[in-house]
Amino acid sequence: MMRFALWMLAALLLGAIVHLTTVLVLPGLATQDAYARVSAIAPVNAVVAVPPPTPDNEVMPFMDPAFAMSVCRYDLSRGSLKFSVPISQAYTSVSFYTRGDVPYYAINDRAAGRRVIELDLMTAAQRADLPENEDITRADRLIVTSPTSTGLIVIRALTPEAGWLTAARSTLAAARCRPQ
Amino acid sequence: MFALAVAATIGLGATWMALTRGSAYGGVTIGAWTAWPKTGTAGIDPYARAMIARTGELPVGSGDGVAFYARTDSAGEPLDGRCDVLLSGITPQARFWTLTLYDRTGHLVANSVRRQGFTSQEIIRKSDGSFDIIVGPRVRPGNWLPTGGVEKYQLVLRLYDTPIGMSTRSESEAPMPSITKDSCQ
Repeated sequence: MMRFALWMLAALLLGAIVHLTTVLVLPGLATQDAYARVSAIAPVNAVVAVPPPTPDNEVMPFMDPAFAMSVCRYDLSRGSLKFSVPISQAYTSVSFYTRGDVPYYAINDRAAGRRVIELDLMTAAQRADLPENEDITRADRLIVTSPTSTGLIVIRALTPEAGWLTAARSTLAAARCRPQ
Repeated sequence: MFALAVAATIGLGATWMALTRGSAYGGVTIGAWTAWPKTGTAGIDPYARAMIARTGELPVGSGDGVAFYARTDSAGEPLDGRCDVLLSGITPQARFWTLTLYDRTGHLVANSVRRQGFTSQEIIRKSDGSFDIIVGPRVRPGNWLPTGGVEKYQLVLRLYDTPIGMSTRSESEAPMPSITKDSCQ
């Protein structure tokens, strides 16, 4: 009886280890995560419009159908990236995701405080290599540091009513992300 | 051998449960609605990270907004697309909000009028600023959100440019609309 209880205790412990390991390892093994789904439609370092979600066709689950959306799948391994998008009349946001789909930074039109959201995206190492005075002289320069060398920039413009769709789309069409 | 089998069952079973039930830590629950504001930051916990890798979604970033999910009505009953459900009340402070109906796996539901949700601009409000939305299978006057007769669904209320976030704890800070089941087909 004692022996059985010990075995069960060992099983419970091993079960806990299996559970924690699978939770930690799973994101690295996922083949159908958002980054992989976007990769299927988006080339590297270019802004691409994501087709609006419909019941039969959507790039990923839980997309908000009230938004027009574009993505830039970035790769910083060859250098930093310059990103810009003019703001739309309604609501425009730019969100940054790591290779593992974790949002690490997001900014909206109001927080940007001007007609264009403009920023530089780089890795921590590239930022450390920046000449110091350049950083200081341009205090208005917004620099975003990416924790991973690849990831996603997601640009979204709200269409609060159907008539706004054209305006939202043209805002997104003017978005740029390019290596510098 | 038996012990090993038990271990594997417990371990994988617990992982499966954790990732499908949506029981990540740090949730903010207000009435029938739950949000996981931390999932929108780099401080995301491993469970939420595994969950988004499994579903393939991109969570709303915290500088953008916050998403509240409801899978049950205010009484705790699962949302059933064959029933009429009344959403009533006001929403927390935000520049815009959107309400969207998804099936249990996060896909949009087909319906005859191609309406998947509402935005804060589209909604018809009462004179005091509150609103009623009827979520149900049959055409209704006013704010009608069709379910397409799907058996189980969930509602997602996303607040954009909002002070609601990780520090939000109570109903008084974030008044969410109530969800009441009416008649069923």
